[in-house]
Amino acid sequence: MNKKKSILESNVFYTLIAIAAGFAIGAVFLVIAGISPAVAYGKLLSSVFGKPKYLVWTLIYASPLIFTGLSVAFSFRTGVFNIGAEGQFVVGSLAACVLGITLKLPPVLHALVCVFAAAAAGAVWSLVVGILKVKRGIHEVLSFIMFNWIAFYLSNYVVNLEAIHKEGGGEATKDVLESARLLFPEGLRGALDCNAANWGIVLAVLAAVLIYIIIEKTTLGYKLKAVGFNSNGALYAGINADASVLTALGISGALAGLGGAVQILGMSGRLSQFAGQEGFGFEGITVALIGSSSPVGCIFSGLFYGAMKYGGSKLSIVKAPSEVVDIIMGCVILFIAISQVFRILFARFGKKKEA
Amino acid sequence: MDVIIKNLGLLINATLIATPPLLLAALGSCFSERSGVVNIGIEGMMTIGAFTGAVMGLTTGNGWIAFLCAGLAGALFGAIHALACISFHADQTIAGTAINFLGPGLAVFLCKAMYNNSSDTPAMDPSCKLPKLFEGVFPAGSFWSNVLNVYAVAYLVFVLAFVCWFVFYKTKFGAHLRAVGEHPEACESLGIDVYKVRYGCVILSGFLAGLGGAFVTLATINQFRPSVIVGQGFIAIAAVIFGKFSPEGATKACLLFGLCSGIKTLAGQSNTVSPNLISMIPYIVTILALVLFVGKAHTPAANGKIFVKSR
Amino acid sequence: MGRVSHMDPGTVVIQMKDIVKKFGDFTANDHINLTVHKGEVHAILGENGAGKSTMMNVLCGLYKPTSGQIFINGKEVQFSSPKDAIDIGIGMVHQHFMLIQPFTVTENIILGMEPVKGLVVDKETAKKKVLELSERYGMKVDPDAKIEDISVGMQQRVEILKVLYRGADTLILDEPTASLTPQEIEGLMEIIENLTADGKSVILITHKLKEITASSDQCTIIRQGKYIRTVKVDEVNENDLAAMMVGRDVNFKVEKKEMTPGETVLEVRDIHAKDYRDVEILKGLNLQVRRGEIVGLAGVDGNGQTELVEVLTGLRKAESGTVTLLGKDVFNKSPKKTFESGISSIPADRQKHGLILEFSNEDNLILQHFEEEPYSTGGFLNRKAIREHATELMEKFDVRPRGSEGAPSGTLSGGNQQKVIIAREVTNDRELLIAVNPTRGLDVGAIEFVHKYLVEQRNKNRAVLLVSFELDEIMSLSDRIEVIFDGQITGSVSGKDADEKELGFMMAGGKKHE
Repeated sequence: MNKKKSILESNVFYTLIAIAAGFAIGAVFLVIAGISPAVAYGKLLSSVFGKPKYLVWTLIYASPLIFTGLSVAFSFRTGVFNIGAEGQFVVGSLAACVLGITLKLPPVLHALVCVFAAAAAGAVWSLVVGILKVKRGIHEVLSFIMFNWIAFYLSNYVVNLEAIHKEGGGEATKDVLESARLLFPEGLRGALDCNAANWGIVLAVLAAVLIYIIIEKTTLGYKLKAVGFNSNGALYAGINADASVLTALGISGALAGLGGAVQILGMSGRLSQFAGQEGFGFEGITVALIGSSSPVGCIFSGLFYGAMKYGGSKLSIVKAPSEVVDIIMGCVILFIAISQVFRILFARFGKKKEA
Repeated sequence: MDVIIKNLGLLINATLIATPPLLLAALGSCFSERSGVVNIGIEGMMTIGAFTGAVMGLTTGNGWIAFLCAGLAGALFGAIHALACISFHADQTIAGTAINFLGPGLAVFLCKAMYNNSSDTPAMDPSCKLPKLFEGVFPAGSFWSNVLNVYAVAYLVFVLAFVCWFVFYKTKFGAHLRAVGEHPEACESLGIDVYKVRYGCVILSGFLAGLGGAFVTLATINQFRPSVIVGQGFIAIAAVIFGKFSPEGATKACLLFGLCSGIKTLAGQSNTVSPNLISMIPYIVTILALVLFVGKAHTPAANGKIFVKSR
Repeated sequence: MGRVSHMDPGTVVIQMKDIVKKFGDFTANDHINLTVHKGEVHAILGENGAGKSTMMNVLCGLYKPTSGQIFINGKEVQFSSPKDAIDIGIGMVHQHFMLIQPFTVTENIILGMEPVKGLVVDKETAKKKVLELSERYGMKVDPDAKIEDISVGMQQRVEILKVLYRGADTLILDEPTASLTPQEIEGLMEIIENLTADGKSVILITHKLKEITASSDQCTIIRQGKYIRTVKVDEVNENDLAAMMVGRDVNFKVEKKEMTPGETVLEVRDIHAKDYRDVEILKGLNLQVRRGEIVGLAGVDGNGQTELVEVLTGLRKAESGTVTLLGKDVFNKSPKKTFESGISSIPADRQKHGLILEFSNEDNLILQHFEEEPYSTGGFLNRKAIREHATELMEKFDVRPRGSEGAPSGTLSGGNQQKVIIAREVTNDRELLIAVNPTRGLDVGAIEFVHKYLVEQRNKNRAVLLVSFELDEIMSLSDRIEVIFDGQITGSVSGKDADEKELGFMMAGGKKHE
């Protein structure tokens, strides 16, 4: 009995139901589009689990998502809503890319400098919004949205600057120097049969553990959570709410910026001109929600989303639109958002049965 | 002198093309936010409207019918948002985020399914689009042609803005919608059905956002592409906050953003400044305006809060 | 009191029979009965949490009863929404006013029943009707004023007019005197008199015995959700009512040993401060609190008490003045600095300021100390020490349920939440303890508990500043009473020879009779 109760109360249970519902609705649309869900989902599965190297690719896709997921989750836990992870991710990738092309440094050091620069860029991008909130009372959701678009156009502007633009046309920058890349050693990449295999996933897991420790074990986490839950109460207790909000936003922004670094220095090696927003930041919201805003949960939900994205990119082979992934993910978020109602329903149902 | 007048005409023209989608979405957002439901899903609702507009324009050949259908498609997404937020007590920002995944995802998915795996719809004949006001009356490219021979909807939206203002401040429904956004418990105790009013407002916001999206595909250009709605929904929300959640304020803010957009279009043709830098202008202006003039806006007191009926 | 009864014992207007209302497992109303006659003032007496408000919410259609019957004018009715109750002539004035702040008086009164001319709300007709009603029952209001700009007493009139506008024959007033001055209360009593003279019935929900004996014909007592009995008010006295309400004899007197106050702990000089609307609210206030005394700050809500406490605890910056604690300057310091200097406080709003509801009880108990040994070392929390600290305090202060150290404070009852705060602040044991409405919303047992600890703090030779809107509480606890009116201290009396009438007079701005 107790065990059953704990299952019904756990977030994982409802998350799994939400995911199942998302797939079900995705299937409905596939049928409407005249595509067999079995074929499409089968392709999705085989694209992820078919070969070991596909799994490696899933990890590569997942790494930046774990970072943006952590960024949003951390903001949720500290009472702000970082809908600006998108912009922070972009400026992070921009900083990493520009320094990766222009600086001449020895291998490991170069990569480190780029990674730190990306974190700093993301943090600054987020902190500006924080300062607007703290000093001028401007709602962070509004300024985050504005800063996402400013970052978007800034990136496109920089990509087209002569100094770093790829020679001979194309809509991307030059390649990042080898010394700045986060790739695994060549031998290991060969063994994994994947040229883009990189340290991103290791960094992502380390970051998740670090964030877990900060939130759960430290006085910093205590402070940030206090302000996030009840800024009036925190203020009353002598905690400086403004400083806490800024700290939380800075850390959250740095995480998103790191995601950008991992994407550029790990997988892509260059920055392309955007046509629309890349979506890593918004996908981070989904990752955080599926992971119940827990850092460890974000690792798993990031992997899930990474698999969906990677598998989704292969769907065109069976003539299924890859956007079915967006539909599934949108439904998953929606169902998680309304899961509270199901929780109450189940609780009531359970009680009646007992009685 | 002629150059100035010509450019002024072009600027007004560009502003009149950029403003309607923003204003339609912003007016919708006013209804939703003032009734107490945060709706950041406007962007997704616009995308689904843009897509529906294009498809219906292609199939019916009648711009007005297509426009209306786009509104209904937006309203359907408004209803999903309303159901999640009002009846199922979902976090409103999160539900809105879901709408922003679903709208564009579904639009492109259906587009690919309908048009041979292409993410763009075919271009439509001008006769399928929304009509212009004075086609062929003024010489093409003249000042008056630029100013007056625009899509009828471009002027109608301002009439609509006035109607919204009227509804907000003069009618019973307007009083109720403002009241439920401030103190839903009080309204409930007076026998006003809070859920009903909010459902109405959120669905209406979806309808207007759908119309806004369709203006882009049925007037500005002549087809749906995944990139037709890039950020207009968010700009509309910014305009609403900027305009202190009132239809009249949002209208002014949308005109300002529309003007910025117009300047961008015009300057973009000159090729001296990077279009990317010019594209930042509306966003930077919003931030600056908030910092310098507006500061803290009075948000409807119950905005974003979950309201549970007592019974 | 020379009140005239307008009760018509022959005409029953409302009858509630065996009303049961359950919320999940909790039974808020357990077979409640009520009979109200035309022209009657009927009081409902019970402690906080006894189920009075639930019962009235059933009667005004907000809650659906689990079982039981309601008869209006002899006919059984079933309400599916407040609108049904309104239509049949029952109107409720809630304790927490249900007014739309940015709307005008008229807009609030007509909300939901606006007269229309075509599509447009007919504001002129509405205004005329509002003025008509306000004259008929002697309630002056400015129909065009916005709610956020008018006093609490005025807002109450708007609430009553709102109900009358809807044609109510029975008015339910939920704790109507909670935030009124004694003079405003008198005004309210006159209004009630006018209403009953006009044939309307009034149901008065209260836990103040004096008001019942002064104004009511009959009184129904409920306790822990159960109907106890209905009595004719002129056949009982206040002590009888109190005993029926609590279920035992109550001792209202707080035992205090004699003490002579020592040196001055808190010295406040000429404080000027603005409120959240940027209007000056503290206008040169002076105050002293000495060792070993409880100073009660009496006053009607909105005269600067809140702001004074905020200034003293560092939550609000004052414009000018001085504040010293044992000679040390603590003027306009941060909350952290003022706490470290020796000021702790039990805040007025326990859910807003006192607790982080999402935090566990053990975390809330170290709210000011989480960065200190032994609760943390080098930035890392020490869970074991935190748990031990909590277990000890929760035992000592009888926080229930037992073993809830790790449970979120939001899951505790109001009284137990308050105990957590008291445990923390009393244990902080600072030079000065400021307690703001420390017993609001608590039941009798919990109130006695809180009072005991305040007195204990005084007996330990600490200084205590008690801010309360309950005059009875101030009078029974204070060694000295300072009256605050319009941002200044307007009078001071010793706790022993305080007289309620005189205090009420001063709270309304009158000068002390010499």
